[in-house]
Amino acid sequence: MANLETFKSEATAWLEENCPASMRKHGGGADAEFTRKKRSGDSLLWLDRCAEKGWIAPSWPTEYGGGGLSTEEHVALVGIMKKMNIPAPLGGMSLTMIGPTLLELGTEEQKKEHLPGITSGNVHWCQGYSEPNAGSDLANLQTKAEDKGDHFIVNGSKIWTSGAMHADWMFCLVRTDFNVQKQKGISFVLFPMTDPGVSLSPIKLISGQSPFCQVFFDNVRADKANLIGKINEGWTVGKRLLQHERSSIGGGGSSRFGISMTLNDAAKKYRGDENGKIDDPLLKLELTRQDIDTQAFALTTQRITDETMSGVTPGFATSMLKYYGSELTKDSAEMMVSIMGPQGLGRDDDHDNFSNDERGSTRAWLFTKALTIAGGCSEVQLDIISKRILELPTN
Amino acid sequence: MPLILNDDQKLLKDSAKDFFSKSMPVKQLRQIRDDEVTECYSTDSWKEIVDLGWSGITVEEEFGGLEFGYLGLGVILEEGGRTLAASPLFSTCVLGAAALSIAGSQEQKSELLPLLVQGDLILSLAIEEGAAHAPQRTRTTASKSGDSFTINGTKTFVLDASSADQMIVVARTSGEAGSSAGLTLFLVDANSTGVSITSQKMADSRNACTVAFENVSVPAANVLGQVDGAADNLQDILSIGQICISADMLGSAREAFERTVEYIKMREQFDTILGTKQALQHRAAQLYTEIELAKSVVIAGLTAIDEGQRGDALAKTASLTKSKVGETFTLSSSEAVQMHGGIGMTDEEEIGFFLKRARTTEHTLGDVRYHQNRYGDLLGL
Repeated sequence: MANLETFKSEATAWLEENCPASMRKHGGGADAEFTRKKRSGDSLLWLDRCAEKGWIAPSWPTEYGGGGLSTEEHVALVGIMKKMNIPAPLGGMSLTMIGPTLLELGTEEQKKEHLPGITSGNVHWCQGYSEPNAGSDLANLQTKAEDKGDHFIVNGSKIWTSGAMHADWMFCLVRTDFNVQKQKGISFVLFPMTDPGVSLSPIKLISGQSPFCQVFFDNVRADKANLIGKINEGWTVGKRLLQHERSSIGGGGSSRFGISMTLNDAAKKYRGDENGKIDDPLLKLELTRQDIDTQAFALTTQRITDETMSGVTPGFATSMLKYYGSELTKDSAEMMVSIMGPQGLGRDDDHDNFSNDERGSTRAWLFTKALTIAGGCSEVQLDIISKRILELPTN
Repeated sequence: MPLILNDDQKLLKDSAKDFFSKSMPVKQLRQIRDDEVTECYSTDSWKEIVDLGWSGITVEEEFGGLEFGYLGLGVILEEGGRTLAASPLFSTCVLGAAALSIAGSQEQKSELLPLLVQGDLILSLAIEEGAAHAPQRTRTTASKSGDSFTINGTKTFVLDASSADQMIVVARTSGEAGSSAGLTLFLVDANSTGVSITSQKMADSRNACTVAFENVSVPAANVLGQVDGAADNLQDILSIGQICISADMLGSAREAFERTVEYIKMREQFDTILGTKQALQHRAAQLYTEIELAKSVVIAGLTAIDEGQRGDALAKTASLTKSKVGETFTLSSSEAVQMHGGIGMTDEEEIGFFLKRARTTEHTLGDVRYHQNRYGDLLGL
């Protein structure tokens, strides 16, 4: 414990010295998912300093550019950063999804090849999972990879690919055998997005934004050296990665998508009397219930993290957290625009009549509809949970 | 503090599970009901609980207790909740012990806590006066005359009063009904002249009484804490009670859920087991999720007591805990009866006991409405 105390004071000192002041305020971490190419100024400086320190991925082994921190130290670091209002230097699926999966299931060569790109903030990844006919029914995927000896040739298409336009590499589920049960003919491959056979088409969403692409593959080359796990055993790798994904989608709960106002503050501002008191008993009840559920969910996330550290959590806890957290966030966003009334329903390009918070709330309202669809929709999560508690056969 | 049990607490949980399932299964409660036992609990089982040391689990060592904390008491209550074990553990060792520890003088603690730990003192908290939990609306009065007070009024839903040696009575020594100022706690001997106890058998087969006080004379030495100034102590006592009853309710809610899962895994209809039906699967998964949340608020609530949280902060924690658990137990017990179908409506099947228990515990120290309202007030909305 004395060592942990030493670590805490050293970490605090390092953060004081190295985290630029402009990053230490609300919204300072809003570009945590931005790639190096899209950053400048303090945001880039903060990324560089963390990369050098190994704190883009604080708990990964140092030989891959991580910080080599123990779980206790990592938890302490996250706590200190939260207290100092310091954002994580990098978020997104490189760090939360493919990285942990490679650490767990990649070969030594694959780890050496790919992890340093993530821990330096240089290489960004996108996820080739969903297809037009394989969303929540993911195992139905049809993108085909032909075995050509030392490599595969990939043809087909992926959809809802977040950040594909900025990604350097894709981790991708492909079909390598069409003649077996659908889960048994899938492989997990990696290839660069710079391959001339890769093309993109952005998808405009109901929010007016285009965070997703459809990605087309025309004879794209994927080296066998970048096959994760064995051929035709990619479903197991893919499912493990999904557990990491669910943790990151559900994890937010009360995540505010860069809106500086809490639900309760918004209610006081838009619906309160001259003293900020809410005289609408039904609204007060709704806010109370939302707050209670948010607190209970935060405590559950904490409890399950604590249990995981002591090694007793069932794997489907991630489905439970994803299900509840995404529904909660969606409800919260719906309440926010409802509280703002017509001001919560402005068009995104009308900067004159709607404040940043108002337009942000509208975007969040529309965007959060995706949370209960992406990463396995709520109904699929309920299927997963119920099959486990009822001990029914799963695929 | 992490939200997990330490090794000692886990061992205690295992012992409690073993004890309650063997010595106090649901069929014991049925027997007590059918035999019309006055106390509505088994005095033999209560003696066993005392012998295990659980009556003094939160009590300081200097008064003969184990000083093991509320997480320890919580696991015992939770496991007791699984078998609907009826005993004075809640009335005496949660509310009674908390009232003495928080509000009692050194003399009162030295005299009474050792008796409580040894099982020789059953205590009841006489607080409610109507359908809603509302301590500030107390109308029972205590007027001072010389070295004593005279209590007049009627208390309802007094748990275990039929076997209580003493009652802790919340009475108004000044102020108007509606104000939390002017309340005082009194220790009143259950055999005092003017005390009449009417036993009511509740739907959950437990005992709750209506207690009338008619010119009951109580010596001034029996005041617990300050005259007129009980509000803060009372809030802490009630917060502890609300979190602890939630632990008991959590055990019952989990048991009702697990029994239901076992049932739909086994019951065959439409040429298949019911558990293959998605309409039931998704409700089971949602209930599982609600129970996971209930587990978290209970362990967080118990941890908050052990960490010394008090006052409005603990009241907010208690309202979070009891409102969340109250909703969950109501849902779990209602879904349990529905998913058991016709058999769930029969007295022979035990699941109905859980439904009844859910509703009486819901009204113990504030229902979901009370706690959501209070939580909203404490949020400053």
